Amino acid sequence: MAEELRLAIASDVDIVHAREKGRELAAAHGFTLGDQTVIATAISEVARNILLYARRGEVRIRPATDTGRDGLVVIAEDHGPGIRDIAQALQDGFSTSGGLGLGLPGARRLMDDFDLKSAPGQGTTVTMAKWKRTHG
Amino acid sequence: MEVPILKQGHYLIASIQSALTDADLSQLREALIARVGKYRARGVIVDVTALDVMDSFAVRTLRDIAHMARLRGSETVIVGIQPEVAFAMVQLGLSLKGIATALDLEEGLAFLDAKARERA
Repeated sequence: MAEELRLAIASDVDIVHAREKGRELAAAHGFTLGDQTVIATAISEVARNILLYARRGEVRIRPATDTGRDGLVVIAEDHGPGIRDIAQALQDGFSTSGGLGLGLPGARRLMDDFDLKSAPGQGTTVTMAKWKRTHG
Repeated sequence: MEVPILKQGHYLIASIQSALTDADLSQLREALIARVGKYRARGVIVDVTALDVMDSFAVRTLRDIAHMARLRGSETVIVGIQPEVAFAMVQLGLSLKGIATALDLEEGLAFLDAKARERA
């Protein structure tokens, strides 16, 4: 596999760092400025969720290919308390932290693929991908 | 990174220069609200031209600034949201409903001047 970035998340500075690195990688792989921004914003949301709920974790970003499409896969993983009700966590406006409750549902809307695995006491792993649009 | 806040006439202009952490954003909110009182500002402009990402925390903080400033008698206008940032905000589900926005600093100042004339 080509270069994979592993970014530790343990403070708000790390959130900014992770989304900047994600944008750089997206730019290097030919994503449009719009898609770079979308990817960076989604990374910001999942990285903040790590900080809010688990206090520390990791964001991994790597280029990927799927059925001839090139894209970027982002994995946000923590070993925090986990999520009891995943459906609820993906609802707009639901938050246990006093935030806007748009982090996970928003990241899901921003990206093309989105998968959330979590269980109480088991931590949380978000895997999401954005694929380059091919025109003609 | 502290955001410089300039006083221009009856207005305060916060000109964001680079990416901000959550702590930086919170600090900006406290500083602006304190200065609205100190300088008896009638308007606040937050220039976000340099922000290449506006996530849910940034938007919530900007909303808080606008609401708090209004409670202190000051109008807020957010200027300089980049087109791709606007696109990502809408996808994310974020809005600045009820908060004034303008294309750039010049338009922001014109908006505040018009508001001031309404109140006069």
